[in-house]
Amino acid sequence: MTRLPTGGLIDRTTVLSFTFDGRPYAGHPGDTLASALLANGVHRVATSVNRGRPRGIMAAGVEEASALVQLEAPFPEPMLSATTIELYEGLVARGLPGRGTLADRPDPGRYDAMHVHCDVLVVGAGPAGLMAALTAARAGSRVALVDDQPMVGGSLLGTRGELSDWSASVLAELTSTPEVLVLSRTTAFGYYDDGFVLALQKRTDHLGAAAPDNAARQRIWRIRAKQVILATGAHERPVVFADNDRPGVMLAQAGRTYLNRYGVLAGNRIVVFTTNDSAYVAAVELAEAGAEVTVVDPRTDLAPFWAAECARVGIAVRPGHLVTGTTGEERVTGVHLAAYPSGGASATVHCDLLLVSGGWNPTVHLFSQAGGKLEYDAELGAFLPVAGLPGAGVLGAGVLGVRVSGAAAGAVSLADCLAGGAAEAVAALSDLGVAARPVASPPVGTDRVETAGLVLWAAPVEISLDGSDLSDTRFVDLQRDATVSDVLRATGAGLRSVEHVKRYTTIGTAHDQGKTSGLIASGITADALGVDIADLGTTTFRPPYTSVSFAALAGRDRGAIFDPVRVTAIHPWHIEHGAQFEDVGQWKRPLCYPRRTASGGLEDLPAVVARETRAARTGVAMMDGSTLGKINVQGVDAGEFLDRIYTNIISTLKPGFVRYAVMCGMDGMILDDGTVMRVADTEFVLTTTTGNAAKVLDWLEELAQTEWPDLRVHLTSVTEQWATIPVVGPLSRQVIAAVAPALDVSNEAFGFMTWRSAKIVGIEARICRISFSGELAYEVNVPSWYGIAVWQALFDAGQPYGITPYGTETMHVLRAEKGYPIIGQDTDGTVTPQDLGMSWVVSKKKLDFVGKRSFSRTENQRPDRKHLVGLLPVDRSVLLDEGAQVLADDDVSQLPVAMLGHVTSSYRSVALGGTFGLALVRSGRDRIGERLFAWQDGEVVPVTVTGPVLYDQEGARRDG
Amino acid sequence: MQLISCPWCGPREEAEYHYGGQAHVAYPHEVGALSDADWAHYLFFRDNPRGPFAERWVHAAGCRRWFNAVRDTGTHEILAVYRIGEPQPELGRQASR
Repeated sequence: MTRLPTGGLIDRTTVLSFTFDGRPYAGHPGDTLASALLANGVHRVATSVNRGRPRGIMAAGVEEASALVQLEAPFPEPMLSATTIELYEGLVARGLPGRGTLADRPDPGRYDAMHVHCDVLVVGAGPAGLMAALTAARAGSRVALVDDQPMVGGSLLGTRGELSDWSASVLAELTSTPEVLVLSRTTAFGYYDDGFVLALQKRTDHLGAAAPDNAARQRIWRIRAKQVILATGAHERPVVFADNDRPGVMLAQAGRTYLNRYGVLAGNRIVVFTTNDSAYVAAVELAEAGAEVTVVDPRTDLAPFWAAECARVGIAVRPGHLVTGTTGEERVTGVHLAAYPSGGASATVHCDLLLVSGGWNPTVHLFSQAGGKLEYDAELGAFLPVAGLPGAGVLGAGVLGVRVSGAAAGAVSLADCLAGGAAEAVAALSDLGVAARPVASPPVGTDRVETAGLVLWAAPVEISLDGSDLSDTRFVDLQRDATVSDVLRATGAGLRSVEHVKRYTTIGTAHDQGKTSGLIASGITADALGVDIADLGTTTFRPPYTSVSFAALAGRDRGAIFDPVRVTAIHPWHIEHGAQFEDVGQWKRPLCYPRRTASGGLEDLPAVVARETRAARTGVAMMDGSTLGKINVQGVDAGEFLDRIYTNIISTLKPGFVRYAVMCGMDGMILDDGTVMRVADTEFVLTTTTGNAAKVLDWLEELAQTEWPDLRVHLTSVTEQWATIPVVGPLSRQVIAAVAPALDVSNEAFGFMTWRSAKIVGIEARICRISFSGELAYEVNVPSWYGIAVWQALFDAGQPYGITPYGTETMHVLRAEKGYPIIGQDTDGTVTPQDLGMSWVVSKKKLDFVGKRSFSRTENQRPDRKHLVGLLPVDRSVLLDEGAQVLADDDVSQLPVAMLGHVTSSYRSVALGGTFGLALVRSGRDRIGERLFAWQDGEVVPVTVTGPVLYDQEGARRDG
Repeated sequence: MQLISCPWCGPREEAEYHYGGQAHVAYPHEVGALSDADWAHYLFFRDNPRGPFAERWVHAAGCRRWFNAVRDTGTHEILAVYRIGEPQPELGRQASR
């Protein structure tokens, strides 16, 4: 047993059973998966990604670079670190060879987000963070304190209960102070400008299957803080030597943490290899817990205090030595020592645990993300936040209000961490105009660090300078299986930047993002290049600090509410009547209304469209056009405004009339088209294409505000306020007459391109004589609330005439037969009104309007611009592919061939007795009657060029 | 997520805004008299300085007002915001780091 009979912050009264790699084990609440495995004597937990080497647990926190596992129950989750999974009953996990498996079923977990605004955000609830939060809280500030552990204390949790009473009392005071928010199990993972910090809270992961269904599993906290104090501590870094990846090779502080926090003695014969004083406390405590400990230290001037302590507890110390390699397979069995700096091999020491300390790297990730500068400290062998930041105090300089305290700022002693946290809080509050005093530090023991550490990245061994040693086992990045040789190969290939070395070697690109390997890679690179690491620097610290699942980032924005689904007021009727829908932007629109066939099946799309188009051309049909964008334009200058927007004149339109209009961009290319209805002298309603409604409103608002702020005009979207129902076909007049008996529907009284008010089933309706099919048609507009009632009334009134609801596919066929373009389908942002053959819609009288100057560009006058034309396949049963290229020649043996344009629309037509298409074709209007070829499915399809209007060219049908 | 101050609404998150390109690009007088090249210059050519740059922004998910801002393109720092029609403010600090 490696679990000690007493000690640790675990609940020994409760036993949790779990399964790892198929074997059952037991642990306790308070354990991580890693501590529980170590308690059961399991050291090998994973396999390396490329070399297949056994790997173990090397840390006790988020810096773990080795022990990657996959959770299998209650829900599969890959690529988690065993050191950050809190143990729960029924946990099932397996070790990973660097790659996991995504779940093959939807994640039942809930995820959400919360927004917090605070005066002071403190990241990290260790000694410095607690002091900072307490100082700010007592000053009455709104404080948020986030920490990734289930309990406060930070590094204190790895000690023998140091300051545990004080930590508990601080937590109690903070949680009872109004305006203070303490979030445990919460990792601040990114700093995103102006005091905005994102944090991930794991709310129920530690409960396993006992997690309540109604609770969000993980939550993203979006914290906007006026001042941020980073008390994020430091990560111990290893020293690189041969076979440093064996299970049982661990950071010194991790060994201490497993002992004190989890009551786990991870080895009985322990070698502690350290280059600094910080690991001695681990050595002494482990020896006192019963282990046989040997300390290997390359320094010869050992601190007297620690020399005496080692002697007291019977630790053998090997000063002037270092570890150059290890033995063992599934677990370390011994270490090779060499004299330092002379290098002579001296001894092998048997052990079952090797603890390593190469010093400490302040956790400066968030500070660096905030734009803070780092500076190399040669004594600590680490990059520290620069105090007195350039630009601090200047608005928006990126690091305004971001402070670093404690070990993250390079403080080494506990006393300095405590005092630093309080001092940074006072400074932050001062910037907020709050006078505060630092809270008093609790009494702590004397500062024991007495001898400077030695900065050592890798144990020096004979290395081939061309870096070709593929058998190298001096691992810099365990997760990436990247070695010292890989770094040397990178520098040997001429790479001089750590960013390039990172990408060449992949060091620091794994789940841990190089928390223990990044600086070492910089150090080895600097040594190889003969430059100062202070000048070489580190790679960039990018968010997220720890892995964040996409599910958590997505939060509630999944499925139906990822993107809103918009439906019209009449939507329930469409569903009841078996409509098939298509997505048009966010809208659900009926594509068609298939009927049951005699054989009991459903009509296929060509059959439905044939039936629906026939009804519109020969009887009467109706559709839901409510998705059309509608913009209400009001103001005394509304007419002038629209004259400037549209290519044709609008201001001359009289109330009661409707005009088709086209708008272009400044570049003269068509943006949108639609109808303009004049409601009153100072009020118009525009329609836009369904997909362009928001864009057009944006464009009009931009022009009204930025180009013509002098015009008195107001714009409002009324798309959702009006239901729009075109009633189409030669019998439509009878239907309108039936529902609106008070309305004179004769052509003389109610002519084409006019509109009238009328009551339909008591509802005030605006009825427009406009047509998108060429047939006699009435567009009925009523407030959306009454849309379904009026639709039903029209449908009922149309029964004697066989009124047929139709969908967008039929609408497309009808409009294309008439050569009416769809903006965005038959145009693509390079098409002018003239290209569409619509010079008639471009005013020659107006002095200026948006796009006018562009029409006279030399380029716009070219005779070989692409024109909208019709295409009739010679074989009228062949349906052209929309998007098919149009060729001049059917000889495609010599590629490339000249392409004249492409098919923009293509349909089967009952009215035309076969297939047809619209196309943009170079000099198309000069080619009418010519034989061209469409290229599709690897074949050339002969087509005849026609004008775009293929049905009712004389326009005889619009008045019925 | 930067905070940008709308002159009408105050500081709001950048996701509420849309960018509108260089400010103070005046529509030319007598566009008919312009050469194609001059017209194209108006349409398509914009400055791209490093340092303070007067830009148009719109508070699209807020009050939907357009306004102007001076942004340091080197640091993304918004140095000033001002309403349409107001003159570009004089700034003491001109160059980015």
